[in-house]
Amino acid sequence: MDDSLAAAWRLLPGALTGHVLLSASALMFGLILSLPLAVLASRHAQVRWPVLALASLVQTVPSLALLALFYPLLLALSAVIRPILGHALPALGFLPSLLALTLYSMLPILRNGVAGLTGIDPDVLEAADGVGMTAPQKLWQVQAPLAAPVVMAGVRTAAVWTIGAATLSTAVGQSSLGDYIFSGLQTENWVYVLFGCAASALLALAADQLLGLIEAGARRRDGRRIALGAAGLVLGVCAAVAPGALAQLHAPARSYVIGAKNFSEQFTLAALIGDRLRADGAGVSVKQGLGSAVIFRALAAGDLDVYVDYTGTLWTNVLGRNDTPPPQVMLTELKRELAARYGVVLLGPLGFENAYALAMRGDRAKALAVGSIADLEPRAPDLVLGSDLEFLSRPEWAALKSAYGLSFRAQRSYSPTFMYGALADGEADVISAFSSDGRIAADGLTVLSDPKHAIPSYDAVLLISPRRAHDERLRRALLPLIGAIRIETMRQANLMVDRDRDKRTPAQAAAFLETAR
Amino acid sequence: MAPPLIALDRIGKSFDGERSFAIRHVDLTVERGAFLALVGGSGAGKSTLLKIINRLIEPDEGQVRLDGRAAKDRPAAELRRGIGYVFQGVGLFPHMSVGENIATVPRLLGWARGEIEARVGELLDLVGLPRDYAARPPDALSGGQQQRIGIARALAARPPIMLMDEPFGALDPLTRASLGESYRALHDRLGLTTVMVTHDIQEAVLLADRMAVMKDGRLLAVGEPAGLTASSDPDVAALLDAPRRQAARVAARLDGRHG
Repeated sequence: MDDSLAAAWRLLPGALTGHVLLSASALMFGLILSLPLAVLASRHAQVRWPVLALASLVQTVPSLALLALFYPLLLALSAVIRPILGHALPALGFLPSLLALTLYSMLPILRNGVAGLTGIDPDVLEAADGVGMTAPQKLWQVQAPLAAPVVMAGVRTAAVWTIGAATLSTAVGQSSLGDYIFSGLQTENWVYVLFGCAASALLALAADQLLGLIEAGARRRDGRRIALGAAGLVLGVCAAVAPGALAQLHAPARSYVIGAKNFSEQFTLAALIGDRLRADGAGVSVKQGLGSAVIFRALAAGDLDVYVDYTGTLWTNVLGRNDTPPPQVMLTELKRELAARYGVVLLGPLGFENAYALAMRGDRAKALAVGSIADLEPRAPDLVLGSDLEFLSRPEWAALKSAYGLSFRAQRSYSPTFMYGALADGEADVISAFSSDGRIAADGLTVLSDPKHAIPSYDAVLLISPRRAHDERLRRALLPLIGAIRIETMRQANLMVDRDRDKRTPAQAAAFLETAR
Repeated sequence: MAPPLIALDRIGKSFDGERSFAIRHVDLTVERGAFLALVGGSGAGKSTLLKIINRLIEPDEGQVRLDGRAAKDRPAAELRRGIGYVFQGVGLFPHMSVGENIATVPRLLGWARGEIEARVGELLDLVGLPRDYAARPPDALSGGQQQRIGIARALAARPPIMLMDEPFGALDPLTRASLGESYRALHDRLGLTTVMVTHDIQEAVLLADRMAVMKDGRLLAVGEPAGLTASSDPDVAALLDAPRRQAARVAARLDGRHG
């Protein structure tokens, strides 16, 4: 526990800087866009309706989905802009998060802006015209100060929403306080989850209080309160951003971006690669929690420099193939195709396989006399399949289904950690397990054999982005890992992170891998 | 001969809104120093005609000339800074002190700070309020005091013309009478030219030198109150006779007779 807390503290500067920088910029852009729109909408009823309806519509999109939508949007935009500007837009990280959260912050500001402006006593407006104020004078001297308290109340709401939703930006590769929540959820590290929640809640609370001071100042026409609140906000943002910015400043200029998908093994391997690069004096940042489809495209687009993927995943998802050739053939063909199509370098296999495999509790498999997927077929209509979040939409599942004619009573998706819990509780009878998972041995699970070879092999391989293809330092750091991690070692490392007692962080598991390889 | 300070030439205005009253070809002149009351029932077009003078409403036909110059040739905001405007709603700026309210037009005109401060004190004296009221928020004042501030704000930059739209309409009768008299005294002392819209004939008769009677957007008659009582127009005669008949009934009831 103490270890986790200490580790959480160490990650705080980076996560906090990312979170504050993102929320503050999103709120600022939200204000810059919303205020003129609110003025326009308050003057023209025909503008008011569509603007408010659109803002409400954005609000109904779940914030995670909104963040995710900007990834393909920016990729498409990038494809259009690239020939004109000469370089691509980053489709992961800060930019999509900023755009999504800016949109997200607009509704409360717009709504309160319109309410504040249209709620002004018409006699006061007639007086403003009567004394000979021009339209801008009326706006700045009368309408703005009178609407300010209502607008500020909207800004407070927007700030709290934005700071909360910013935790989700971790999923599109922006470092934020959500890093704790996402990785904590995957590795069942509740200290991390709580730490992330508490930090984000405290941040929201602090911003709300300071904005509240400004709101009270605007309401009571008290310049001192407004100045105090504004100074507090500026100081707070500076204080939160400074440590991370300083670290960035002192970091070596050539910083490598390592990607990781959303499960423990990926976190550990990313930490391992990071440690090796750092030992060579390089700067490193990690984008974790990315989905399988997103992460390869991010690498190809240069948003990431390196990550570990699995041959079977690349074979079906990236190349779109549904045959299952022998591992060596698949590896050779992948190497050639990825280089030819995307300029991506497949450096080589790490030495272990992490295949999708159907697994059952040992006692249950014995009782039902199921040893292979073929045995499972007649039993399936009475059983519940538990899967991770992406398995059911992956081609491997389609291949399995058609090869064996599987049809379960029900199918349920879980985050990987909860999937093992569901199997243990009997909530699911069969799960889509990972062959390198330490819990297979620890929980006494039976992995069902695949006599028809419907699932391809999943050798873990190192992939390098096109722009780092000839990077000597990266090769120097990574080449010793090729063929160096045995499946038993990887399972042990995964179990360290995934087990319930005596839990280790991915960083500690990475250190173990480094010594054990 | 100097042109009339305010001249309305064949003013026409039609509203296609929900209340479609209109102004139909109104000609009217107001000489320098005059106090004209615009009277008539609700919907007669009095307020519309008044607001056409300072371009709060633009006419569809005809033109307004102020001191011989066409009003539409000057920017509307600049024009309004030179014309005092007082209305029933008062419309003091709630986020400004009484002093800042009074100083609005001088501030817009860019007067020096010291000059503005001196003028605010002078105006509080003029409307009969203590100088220390300058620092108060407007909502700390009574309705009558607020309208005194409204008048002070309108007079701040020494405009020659005052336009007043039911200025005392929301006040209790005693405050109303005393404020009306105070304003008339100011009008004389400062040599103002005043056009005041009111539906209260008694107030018009007591305060104004001349009255203009409107009905359905038309100007029925213009003249001194005494002259209008003998008007051949039955509407005008009835309107002017109303306060006299009312006074008689009031007197009768107060004397215990049932009239």
